[in-house]
Amino acid sequence: MAKTIFEKIWNNHIVYEEPDQPALIYIDCHLVHEVTSPQAFDGLRLNNRKVRRPDLTHATVDHNVPTTDRSLPIVDSVSRRQIEALEANCEEFGIELYGLDSPYQGIVHVIGPELGLTQPGMTIVCGDSHTSTHGAFGALAFGIGTSEVEHVLATQCLRQSKPKTFRIELADKLMDGVTAKDMILYLIRKIGTDGATGFVLEYAGSAIRSLDMEERMTVCNMSIEAGARAGLIAPDDRTFEYLEGRNFVPKEEYQEAVEYWKTLPSEEDAVFDRELTLDIGDLAPQVSWGTSPGMVTDVTGTVPIPDTIEDESTRKSVMSALEYMALQPGMPIEEIRIDRVFIGSCTNSRISDLRSAARIVQGKQVAPTVQAMVVPGSQQIKRQAEEEGLDQIFLESGFEWRESGCSMCLAMNPDTLSPGERSASTSNRNFEGRQGKGGRTHLVSPQMAAAAAITGHFVDVRKWV
Amino acid sequence: MEPFIRHKGLVAPLNRANVDTDQIIPKQFLKRIERTGFGDFLFFDWRFRSSGEPNPEFELNRPEYRGATVLIAGSNFGCGSSREHAPWALLDFGFRVLLAPSFADIFYNNCFKNGILPIRLGERELQGLFLRTEQMQGYSLAVDLENQQISDEQGLSLRFEIEPFRREYLMKGLDDIGLTLEQVQAINQYELERRVFT
Repeated sequence: MAKTIFEKIWNNHIVYEEPDQPALIYIDCHLVHEVTSPQAFDGLRLNNRKVRRPDLTHATVDHNVPTTDRSLPIVDSVSRRQIEALEANCEEFGIELYGLDSPYQGIVHVIGPELGLTQPGMTIVCGDSHTSTHGAFGALAFGIGTSEVEHVLATQCLRQSKPKTFRIELADKLMDGVTAKDMILYLIRKIGTDGATGFVLEYAGSAIRSLDMEERMTVCNMSIEAGARAGLIAPDDRTFEYLEGRNFVPKEEYQEAVEYWKTLPSEEDAVFDRELTLDIGDLAPQVSWGTSPGMVTDVTGTVPIPDTIEDESTRKSVMSALEYMALQPGMPIEEIRIDRVFIGSCTNSRISDLRSAARIVQGKQVAPTVQAMVVPGSQQIKRQAEEEGLDQIFLESGFEWRESGCSMCLAMNPDTLSPGERSASTSNRNFEGRQGKGGRTHLVSPQMAAAAAITGHFVDVRKWV
Repeated sequence: MEPFIRHKGLVAPLNRANVDTDQIIPKQFLKRIERTGFGDFLFFDWRFRSSGEPNPEFELNRPEYRGATVLIAGSNFGCGSSREHAPWALLDFGFRVLLAPSFADIFYNNCFKNGILPIRLGERELQGLFLRTEQMQGYSLAVDLENQQISDEQGLSLRFEIEPFRREYLMKGLDDIGLTLEQVQAINQYELERRVFT
């Protein structure tokens, strides 16, 4: 029977299965960070267990780390303790840690692909829901909780009930100024934050094929916001080109690896549990207005009017969101003024994101009412951006240029919104309080965030490119 | 883990859809390296005002729901971040059973690892429960996992569906890692046969 890429990877990783039970599947790559691992390592110690495959386990610090001068000790003692716990745990259990003093440190889902840890056909897990990012390489990658982190550390396996498959075909070509970020925001807007619950998404179609690897990562990154278990894009020549030569990518047997990777894409007549086709040729830049990643509209659109919503539960949610976000029903998106701009996060902090934002702001000044910052996804990206002079472009425009980490995406470190502050953010979640208690988050693409920094409000960046 | 066979307890309502894990347990509490004590921080930004005073308008702060162990909620409960701290906070606060039309995947899975029973019920059935909770002081439910039944003292009896392996898992109080290590030979074998490119 013709197989999907998901089924090929799934079947390849079954260690043990019996009827009516979740299968035991093998994990090729386990990524670890400081927030969801301390209790897992404690569990190992308590039960006198070792890490089964330290060679397949890689760690970094990202959620809690300051993005300011890192030669200074971390001020927040609780954060410091958590980071020290990971350092001690990696030392004790023999795990490679790309720590604060490592030239490879960064957001875990940025450094995995950078280092070539992420490869087609792999199973990849991490105690973080945006693990779906790695699916851009044709890997089966998903987030797990701390108990499962402990399980993978101890056994290198995971019990998983087999999810269903959902193929999403994105047709046509994006207009200039419209990006992969807009595409995935639009998809979540269309199918809802539970539209893909229980499914592994496969993104296909001409719009997907034309994306480069960093853009594919942006799309796959937000699969979880549609409720998906994971999101995959089949590997192709672009994927192989990106991978060749990276630290952990096969070298002597590179050609053999590529031959194997070429066998992974879904077969022509493979059957999916669900399918959807969306035409994105006319897609406008998207802006989230509410407190969920599905509450999104066109930049040329308006804030919804609750009275026009028939379904009571939806109307209640919308009213509650508008109240929290302090937005007037029917207000044009382009009239929303912002206080802060955050260009960063595992969704959009890679070199191409920084380049596209820099192109927008070059020669212009950040509005006096706005405080803007750029947080590169990793130390490698930061160095590359500095070689290209992007940091100078941002600094001259009035942006802050920071060290790498998750930063204001979830504001666990000192980078937070104050109550009532409104942000244009290239991150992935706009839940209440996500970027700081009382903070009001609008999700957009890097270009849109850059343009908003200059004007102090949202604009249709298609007019600028 | 303690086996879960049946549970009876006071019901508390949270009649909102898409309650995300950032609300269940805000990020600042994820810095903790312990597994316990998260109950104090459950729904922190909804339970407490900026001043630190409890917000009397928040459902779970109402005195009549103190001691509740069964939570009824709206669809897509637990969406967003994979943080297992969310079920830890719910459990530590006192909840053993969650009833909703739907749950987000990762959250649903995390519940079982912690002995919390999440049950999917139809929208209409839930609306009925919200009404009863509102109308009856001290409304409680008895949940029988063995027979997959929910009942109250007023004669209500609802059947619920649950994946058989999950039901068995909770009822036996199974330990995941112990179970898996029973298959260590299969893991060894898989590793021997696993194709690795160098």
